Amino acid sequence: MSLRFTRRFFDHRRNMTSSHPHRVLAVASGGGHWVQLLRMLPAFEGCQISYVTTLASYAGQVGNARFYAVRDASSWDKLGLLRMAARLFWVVLRERPDLVISTGAAPGYFALRIGKLFGARTIWVDSMANVEKLSLSGRLVERHADLWLTQWAHLASPEGPQFEGAVL
Amino acid sequence: MIFVTVGTQLPFDRLVRTVDEWALSGKRSVYAQIGPTDYKPRNIGWSQFLSADECHRRISTCSAVIAHAGMGTILTALELGKPVIVMPRRADLREHRNDHQLATARKLLALGRLMVAFDEEHLQAKLEQLAVEPAHERISKHASPQLLGALRRFVAGEQVTAAHLKSRMAAIFCGDQEGFACNPVGVEAIATPVGADR
Repeated sequence: MSLRFTRRFFDHRRNMTSSHPHRVLAVASGGGHWVQLLRMLPAFEGCQISYVTTLASYAGQVGNARFYAVRDASSWDKLGLLRMAARLFWVVLRERPDLVISTGAAPGYFALRIGKLFGARTIWVDSMANVEKLSLSGRLVERHADLWLTQWAHLASPEGPQFEGAVL
Repeated sequence: MIFVTVGTQLPFDRLVRTVDEWALSGKRSVYAQIGPTDYKPRNIGWSQFLSADECHRRISTCSAVIAHAGMGTILTALELGKPVIVMPRRADLREHRNDHQLATARKLLALGRLMVAFDEEHLQAKLEQLAVEPAHERISKHASPQLLGALRRFVAGEQVTAAHLKSRMAAIFCGDQEGFACNPVGVEAIATPVGADR
């Protein structure tokens, strides 16, 4: 499998750099997803974080960190999703993250899947706005999230997602 | 100054109209960011869109925030210690694709962090109450300690342990790549004892 090479390559890099800060790719759509993502940043102290969102105007909020804006798209816009996935593929290739975290929505789903493909560990924290059921992207990402969290205790189950508190 | 925001994506006529009509009494000055809302206010200052920075500035200088039940606005307002009234969008009035804002508002109401207006009359009553609403304490700028702890434990799992290395090496050199790919949970269980305990 072609993945074997990429895994080996990334594992090699990881072992060589284990004393260096981890590279984290933090991904969220603009608005509530983004605000929630920022509230979790203290957990990644000491890591080198790069950001992906859908609003270029957020660039000023991340200081000198690397920042990528992707065009937003939703489930009915197949071409837009394809374009977004291609752009995220490029971002992941460039960043080679050890860890990908997202609160949603579509860009986070793609980033986790592509990150996983390249050997990153992945975290999905479903948005607090999803009170009655997990978001669509949150459900689709299940098998690709190493840590799969909901922010509402009543949505957690033994098979996942887990509940580990909320951003509020 | 009271700051009204309905986000940038969808119109919310009910909210904007109600606040605009209430503002006619002239008790408080109001500024609204109305997005693609059809109704154009007559009694208050407004704009369709504000940059994220401008929106943040307006929230930080206002006395109260009136908004749709969007998490971004709610969290920002609470971080800045502002009283918040939210009116959830309703799917049956085509204000959103589904009723998730209604559910969010009910849950947040139960947490006791904000005021919720479920209809226009209710919103007017809450607006009147604002005058006697005390200033709020700012919430922490960070996620709950529980969530941060869980994330930190997960990140720490990455600090390569001997077991982690061994399993990775085994996966690569024993040609067990397929098994490794299909069973990431097993690998993580070895690599992160903390995770395995839970």
